Amino acid sequence: MTSAVLDQDTRAVGRGRPGVRSTLTPGASLGLGIAMTWFSLLVLIPLAAIVATAGQNGWQGYVDTLTNPQTWAAIKLTVGQSLLVTGVNVVMGTMIAWVLVRDRFWGKRLLDLMIDIPFAMPTIVAGLVLLGVYGPDSPLGINVSNTRTSVTLALAFVTLPFIVRTVQPVLAELDADVEEAAASLGAGRLAVLRRIVLPSIIPAVTAGAALSFARAISEYGSLVLLSGSLPFHTEAVSVRVFSFIEGGDRTSAAALATIMLGVALAVIIALDVIQRRVARRG
Amino acid sequence: MVELGAPAKWAARLLALAYVFLLVGWPVITLAQHTFADGWSSFAETFSDPDVTHALAVTVEISIYAVLINTVFGIGMGVLLVRYEFPGKRLLSALIDLPMSVSPVVIGLALMLVYSGRYGWFGPTLEANGLVVIFNSPGMVMATCFVALPLVVREVVPVLEEVGDDQEQAARSLGANAVQVLRRITLPAIKWAVVYGVVLTLARSLGEFGALKIVSGNLTGQTQTAPLVVEQKYTNFAQNDAYAVSFVLVLISVLCILVVSLLRPKESHS
Repeated sequence: MTSAVLDQDTRAVGRGRPGVRSTLTPGASLGLGIAMTWFSLLVLIPLAAIVATAGQNGWQGYVDTLTNPQTWAAIKLTVGQSLLVTGVNVVMGTMIAWVLVRDRFWGKRLLDLMIDIPFAMPTIVAGLVLLGVYGPDSPLGINVSNTRTSVTLALAFVTLPFIVRTVQPVLAELDADVEEAAASLGAGRLAVLRRIVLPSIIPAVTAGAALSFARAISEYGSLVLLSGSLPFHTEAVSVRVFSFIEGGDRTSAAALATIMLGVALAVIIALDVIQRRVARRG
Repeated sequence: MVELGAPAKWAARLLALAYVFLLVGWPVITLAQHTFADGWSSFAETFSDPDVTHALAVTVEISIYAVLINTVFGIGMGVLLVRYEFPGKRLLSALIDLPMSVSPVVIGLALMLVYSGRYGWFGPTLEANGLVVIFNSPGMVMATCFVALPLVVREVVPVLEEVGDDQEQAARSLGANAVQVLRRITLPAIKWAVVYGVVLTLARSLGEFGALKIVSGNLTGQTQTAPLVVEQKYTNFAQNDAYAVSFVLVLISVLCILVVSLLRPKESHS
């Protein structure tokens, strides 16, 4: 599932520049009009409503909402945990992708299948299954529920596929000749890895890391049962937004939501930049 | 191709296997154990609860609508982005990916701010004209469409780029109209991409939680969906019910992954 979203060539539609002459036929224009109307009603206007609502109490109100101690603690926790989990994914995701592409062993297909499970599994169920092994009745005797480790665990689960699925296709298409040439010229294994393999997969790792970070920042469902959402301790930003909505405080909810929207936008821009840089080099 | 030394190779293999097993494999197995700990009868009992079956029916119904809408939108948008040039295309292409990184909670809030009957921008007018969006099916379909929006487009776009438009132009020069070209040439060429997109959209739709919790109002027996039942049952100490419903949801999501993974290699061989 992720591979479809992340493959660099799948995102290579953006050839049109502003001011480019339109080649739309009347029928296609009508189609574009209908599609844009739906897209606006579904995505653009609702997201604009968040920005508009966030500004209702003025700049001071906006700042006050975000610097409220409980909210600030939630922001710090979420950003910190998301960075931590993204770091773990950079190492583990790249290694899993390597194993899936370059290694051969019995059960590899199963490993490949398991990588996609977090993507297809309902997030609330993700929290529930993790509780089964790392909750109060843990067969391992490890109970992380209602601790910060549970947040790390839930985020690591839901973001597992991202880097694996961005790096895997790039690694599979690496030209073996270059590596062999380097080796035949006397480069050791580490030198080949560092000088040839690593530079080619860095754009994919970065793209995967950006998506993984965005997903971690926005995660909600898997945290509900697992983290306990204790204020100042395990309460994530999305949970805080939810309690603002439940309490009827839409302005505060929207203010906090703009931070998350900002991260999502930054990630989209980063992906676009990476994709263009890769396209230019290739 | 560079090969790792035997110790490094084994270390990488074991570490990858252990990590994925501890994070995904074991928890999923434990879910199956919990579900059938009291045998088949307790599993069956869960699904004799009308609230549970109603929630499953709601989930399926909402998902079918969302899949239909996103499939039409995805194919149409894919064709527009690949086959035509127009100002703002690149921006639009980037914006279509946005829903993947927006929090479900933010999606729920955004839809409430526009379509709520009490305070939304359009909601009161729509409700005055008899269209209740929030705490009702239309809002739930919209939330589901939003979270799964890019999935079909992102499957269709690369395939459309790869097959090119030679055949479409040939058909057009032989007098085929736009609908004929779409039905006879374009759709058969992107058939498998559409199937993947639909399966992925279905998996995502069946499991949506956060956005639906907000826009559905979570009314038991009315707008409550299966993932919402899981939360409610678990927090009400009806853990067997929570496990049973979860098991069904996991089974469907695993089936979706299997379908995609079995279809993909077949296509690349042909």
